Amino acid sequence: MSAATTSGPQALTLDGTVQLAGGGSLVGVEVAYETFGTLDAAAGNAVLVCHALSGDAHVASGPGPDGVERPGWWDGMVGPGCAIDTGRYFVICANVLGGCSGTTGPAALDPATGSPWGLRFPLVTVEDMVDVQARLLDALGVTRMLAVVGGSMGGMQALAWAARYPERTDAIIAAATTARLGAQAIAFNEVGRAAILADPAFEGGDYAADSQPADGLAIARMVGHITYLSQEGMREKFGRRLRHRDEHAFEFVTEFEVESYLAYQGRRFVERFDANTYLYMTKAMDYFDWQPPYDVRLPRCLVLSFTSDWLFTTHQAREIVRTLLERGADVSFAEIDSPYGHDAFLLETECQGALIGGFLDRAYAERAVCDTGGPR
Amino acid sequence: MTAAELLRADLRFIADLIPDGSRVLDLGCGDGALLAHLRETRGCTVRGVDISTAGVTGCVTRGIPVIQADLDGGLRDLPDDSFDVIVLSQTLQEVHNVRHLIAEAARVAQRSIVSYPNFGYAPARLRLGLRGRMPVSESLPHQWYDTPNVHFTTIRDFRLLVAEAGLTLEREFAFRVSHEVVRQVRLAPNLRAELAVSVVSRSLDPRPPGSPRTT
Repeated sequence: MSAATTSGPQALTLDGTVQLAGGGSLVGVEVAYETFGTLDAAAGNAVLVCHALSGDAHVASGPGPDGVERPGWWDGMVGPGCAIDTGRYFVICANVLGGCSGTTGPAALDPATGSPWGLRFPLVTVEDMVDVQARLLDALGVTRMLAVVGGSMGGMQALAWAARYPERTDAIIAAATTARLGAQAIAFNEVGRAAILADPAFEGGDYAADSQPADGLAIARMVGHITYLSQEGMREKFGRRLRHRDEHAFEFVTEFEVESYLAYQGRRFVERFDANTYLYMTKAMDYFDWQPPYDVRLPRCLVLSFTSDWLFTTHQAREIVRTLLERGADVSFAEIDSPYGHDAFLLETECQGALIGGFLDRAYAERAVCDTGGPR
Repeated sequence: MTAAELLRADLRFIADLIPDGSRVLDLGCGDGALLAHLRETRGCTVRGVDISTAGVTGCVTRGIPVIQADLDGGLRDLPDDSFDVIVLSQTLQEVHNVRHLIAEAARVAQRSIVSYPNFGYAPARLRLGLRGRMPVSESLPHQWYDTPNVHFTTIRDFRLLVAEAGLTLEREFAFRVSHEVVRQVRLAPNLRAELAVSVVSRSLDPRPPGSPRTT
């Protein structure tokens, strides 16, 4: 990809106030975003990609804040020649409201006090995240999109787009997601939150930026990672293998490979993520309960699930499909065979890519036909 | 004639039985070739169901709305009379609960078009009766141990199923595939045809007892 078509990290401050679904409002919301590719003259090739719990705006390879090229979180799906082809589509990805990668969240400064918001930051919902994305698109001059695409919490945002702004996108693609979390998923989120809240370094959310509750956040991430993998995937990846030893240590040390993996994931996460944001993101997911309206023409939808995903199951994906069928939407559904559990939406680029690429291709072709046929 | 060409001939024939502008649901739609044809040339509103990811990917790429599902799970997500025509092209013999699926199809659409291989075909009878071997032919190319077909029927047996399900056999066509040519068979089809296409409809009101419709 040429440097000219990759924006690199950008930031925009929204004018006015953002009203929140749970009451309250925010002023001067800053949104961190990146764009890839070029918006065509008819502005009909815009694709918004929504990230999951721990993602950010850097969806595909491109320059980071230091100007040095770094990999994106959905490389293989988004890029030149990929399913979401940045040579063809204008891809936008923004850090969500409440996030910690540039967009206003609990780590940002409260203008009223001049100190970080911490837990005084209002609770945000998936709908609020989508409203902020809509405001960003207004500012970028994108009135209507080809598609909104996302997996997991990103898939929830795609669903929320269909319900809230059905007239602003031709299509949505929702992968590895659910219309609402079940008790089990809420329970895992709560274990993560409890670990953060129980960490003495948490200080009621008013910890200093360089001394966050690292142990609690790392444990939360460890629990999260267990839910992202499948039993089969874990057995294949780790089994009961020991790391750097042949016999059991008979001590409380990291000895099984799976322990070492989780410890590593926890450590790495703490370096790039904020504990308060983890609380807000998981709560936003817990609150999500999607009920699209009956009386509107919904965008065309592609719903994808993965066989070994037990966090957001095929059964839950079918529930989304049923809801869409009841509302007369043009919906397609595929269940992709994968051993990678919930993480499959990040890893299964081949099969998922063929489905998403084919779906977008068709939406783009039909969109182009409409455009030459006259104003819509 | 290859299997693919045979399938295409069978689909072309089915397509000609479907009125323009119909709402069509194809159960076991594969890559959506029939539905794409119906949408483009007949102005039909279409939807497919298929069990394979390859089939579903093909449909999505053609812009055909499709749901990946195992038909043995039934059609419970589809409301009564949500389609005009259901197509079951060489699908019925691959599902476990045929009777249930036929009844479900009749609930969701007034008319079903069903194509299936006929085991009453004379060479099949001879192969089983004289040679003591399971039938294998151009339209039944599989060995008994690797066939996707879990139910085998004859044209006469299929007629009985339709009657037993309280449905009406509106039309019936039979075909023979020999030396790469597909020919319609009018005389003694249960003996002379390899493939049948049946149009099955819900009986007109008042519904006879045993009608599968629940409303």
